[in-house]
Amino acid sequence: MAMKWLLHFMRKLHLLIHREKFHSDLEEEMEFHREQSERELRAEGMPAEEARHAARRQFGNDLRLREQSHDTVAFWFEGMLQDFRFALRQLRKNPGFALTAILILTFGIGASVAILGFVDAALIKPLPYKDPNRLVVLFESIPLGLRFHLSYPDYLDWKRENKVFQSLDVYAPYGFMLTDRDGTHQAAGARVSDGFFRTLGVAPVLGRDFRSGEDRKNAPRTVLLSYSAWQRLFGGRKDVLGQTVVLDGHPNTIIGVLPSSFHFAPAEPADFWTTTQSEISDCRGCHGLYGVARLKDGISFQAAFADIKQIADQLARQYPDSNRDQKAYMLPMTEVIVGDIRPVLLVLLCGAGLLLLIATVNVASLLLVRSESRRREIAVRGALGASRARLMRQFVTEGLVLVATGSALGIAAAYAGMQFFAHAIPKDMMASMPYLHGIGLNFRVFVFACGISLMAGLLFSLTPALRLSWSDMREGLADGGRSHAGTMWRRFGSNLVVIELTTAMVLLVGAGLLGKSFYRLLHVDIGLQPDHLAMLTIGATTDSYKTDEQKISLERQIVSRISALPGVKSVGLSTTLPIGDGDGTAGFRVVGRPYHGEHMEVAIRKVSSGYFTTLQSQLLRGRYFAEDEDKSKPEVVIISETMAKQYFPGENPIGKQIAFDINKPKEYLQIVGIVKDLQEGQLDAAPRGAMYVPYNQGPDNFFSIVVRTSQSEDAILPALTSIVHQIDPSIATYGASTMAERIHDSPSAYLHRSAAWLVGGFAGLALLLGVVGLYGVIAYSVSQRTREIGVRMALGAQRGSVYRLILREAGRLTIIGIVAGLVVSMAATTLMRKLLFGVGMWDVPTLIAVAVVLGGCALLASYLPARRAASVNPVEALRAE
Amino acid sequence: MLILKTLTRAPLHGYGIAQSIKRLSDDVLTVEEGSLYPALQRLLLQGWVKAEWKKTETNRRARYYTLTPAGRKQLGEEVSQFELMISAIGRVMQSA
Repeated sequence: MAMKWLLHFMRKLHLLIHREKFHSDLEEEMEFHREQSERELRAEGMPAEEARHAARRQFGNDLRLREQSHDTVAFWFEGMLQDFRFALRQLRKNPGFALTAILILTFGIGASVAILGFVDAALIKPLPYKDPNRLVVLFESIPLGLRFHLSYPDYLDWKRENKVFQSLDVYAPYGFMLTDRDGTHQAAGARVSDGFFRTLGVAPVLGRDFRSGEDRKNAPRTVLLSYSAWQRLFGGRKDVLGQTVVLDGHPNTIIGVLPSSFHFAPAEPADFWTTTQSEISDCRGCHGLYGVARLKDGISFQAAFADIKQIADQLARQYPDSNRDQKAYMLPMTEVIVGDIRPVLLVLLCGAGLLLLIATVNVASLLLVRSESRRREIAVRGALGASRARLMRQFVTEGLVLVATGSALGIAAAYAGMQFFAHAIPKDMMASMPYLHGIGLNFRVFVFACGISLMAGLLFSLTPALRLSWSDMREGLADGGRSHAGTMWRRFGSNLVVIELTTAMVLLVGAGLLGKSFYRLLHVDIGLQPDHLAMLTIGATTDSYKTDEQKISLERQIVSRISALPGVKSVGLSTTLPIGDGDGTAGFRVVGRPYHGEHMEVAIRKVSSGYFTTLQSQLLRGRYFAEDEDKSKPEVVIISETMAKQYFPGENPIGKQIAFDINKPKEYLQIVGIVKDLQEGQLDAAPRGAMYVPYNQGPDNFFSIVVRTSQSEDAILPALTSIVHQIDPSIATYGASTMAERIHDSPSAYLHRSAAWLVGGFAGLALLLGVVGLYGVIAYSVSQRTREIGVRMALGAQRGSVYRLILREAGRLTIIGIVAGLVVSMAATTLMRKLLFGVGMWDVPTLIAVAVVLGGCALLASYLPARRAASVNPVEALRAE
Repeated sequence: MLILKTLTRAPLHGYGIAQSIKRLSDDVLTVEEGSLYPALQRLLLQGWVKAEWKKTETNRRARYYTLTPAGRKQLGEEVSQFELMISAIGRVMQSA
């Protein structure tokens, strides 16, 4: 059998090489045949001319027979190659069409594949733990919110009392101070209880995991390295095991390296993983831990949640002072890690799918327009003996060439897009989404990409092929022109264009509103002048800064040295900078006011006397701090406008006293000033109360310097760092940036910016597609109405009236699209109300602007075919009959 | 099958094959004569016939087809298949 096949193949190959001879032989042979029968017929007495015709008739279609013979001996790919060459020639002949079609496909496929890449990385690829679906994260919920830390004693109780978890461990993201040869720097890490990695089901690639008991007080200090830290800081050497790293001044022995695939988003970025021994305390009010637990087999999430809730309620009854209102809260691990991004990604995926659909249908419509203009060609080829199957194959090949090119470019664009987006995400944010690392074209995404290309290919080859079978070929030759199918397509196409324009309108409205929100967000009043502000955070953890005096003297030294820099106008400092997470709160009571267990809590910041003047905040009442207000003076506090309104409504708070501990009258703080709200939280956060106490009355090892300069704030940053290091090289410095950068990079700005860009990008694509779709339909309609237009013009219609005729059709579709878009926008903007900031859902200027843009583009798209229609030569149009 | 059969006696050129089929079947089986050629190409490819250029009686060049042993075998198989079917049809017709 194989032998036979081989022989067969060899003969084919031989014929392929001697193709010329094959054809000439066949030709000669057939000619001989015809001559013979002609002679025969003549011998029977038929006239010469008649005999020749009869012989030919008897022989059959010469061309088709030759083709059949050729097909018999040819390899299957030869015909395809021929079709392919022809297809390329056809597309090159009409580069405008080819470019448009390929461009649309590239965008459609590129956008959906890129987004699928993200969806795959975040939602499809399983988390790098054993049975990630059985893992949960435990929180304590308090009236302020659901996801708060739990305290160490609570953790122990939960661990002991629960009957639903195989194991329960805790983690706490933590910033270490790492001391090495180059000095002291901040190093990211986390503290975990000894069983943490066993609960996750993760084993180190090198060395060992924490042993049970290694998280107890006074156990030898050990540390696990992340894979990237091992590569980066230790060159990936195996002998790191047993070496020591100095963290927070304590030597820690390296016992292992975590796998490169391991990540734990809630604590990332984390290079060093130590045990929780420094977190051990018996303070139930001190919260710093999150729980991680693995459900026992057969225990449902709900059952576990109920059990742990009941334990927390029990603790709240047992320890009302610390645990009042503290409930247990539990979420699946996947929810904690990808819960925030899931809806965003799914919305994007739907959007991309929609775009892809519109893109493919658009290209199909362009193909139809083209097949319309090629009807004559097709009819001629059919008459010359091309079979219908052969013609269809030609169309299929052309469609496939388009799709293949579009897909290749689209996949390349998707890859570039994924890389671009992955880089566009700010570093901090990327660190909290470690699952996005190494995003790219993996197998799954590639299969998806091939799948959509295949579908698109199918659609494109089918449309013109179907069109071909609808219309009769003879009709094509006669160019009667207006078949039922054509009308049907026009109607379908018009509806489609209206949908496309509606989609574009909705997305444009969304983009407009989001863009405006973003603008408003960046220009929101945050209570300070953000320009010309430079900032640097300092950590002085060594033994030289133990006492308050030492800390104060460091602060004074830094402030005076920096003030001496050229261009510096003023210098201030705070323990926490504005535009942060708004966290760092303290509970307090108002002295002399009856207390019924109300929850009173605001953000607290320790600030220097120059802080407010440096930020150029606005003092509403009272005074700022004086430089000499330290422990020797009565304790004072400045409160924010919101805190004044919230806790002292209708009163003048100046002179009133508040207390953190009502039992210590000596530590009561007197309110000396009210300052206009500084935005401590994110730009879009609702105003929340805050209080400011003098740094000198309770100095800290960590603080941030704020410098107002008359020169470029960027240029001064290196000088700030070097001054601090001149004072003491062991001081860690980080976060050197300007206020403008801080605002620009803040999560809320990022959220709004990316939302605006994403929706804007989609809107742009939708607009492009809608306009191309409109062009397709109008062009098709013009091509079908050439004769009608010719007649009109022959009867004396002016070019202007032809323009009007075509533009009226386009205008009708556009207006329907815009109006429908406005209606749908109403629903859509309601959905994205949360993302809007400082803009109403019905922002009339935005709506008008969007309608004008869409209308203008639509006009342009219909102008081209209208011009073609108007330039119809009536004589030619009529002769085409 | 018919082409192969006509070639059992002597090598023939395409026109000769067509004529002989026509003659032997008393003009019943006159198909479009040209369709002979694609069929001949297939037989060539299968290796059932081989072709060579020779001079005709009228001293013209023509391609003569000869049955190969493989072709003879193939013909045998096809004929017996055909006879089997004919006799089956015959039996059915007679029984009616």
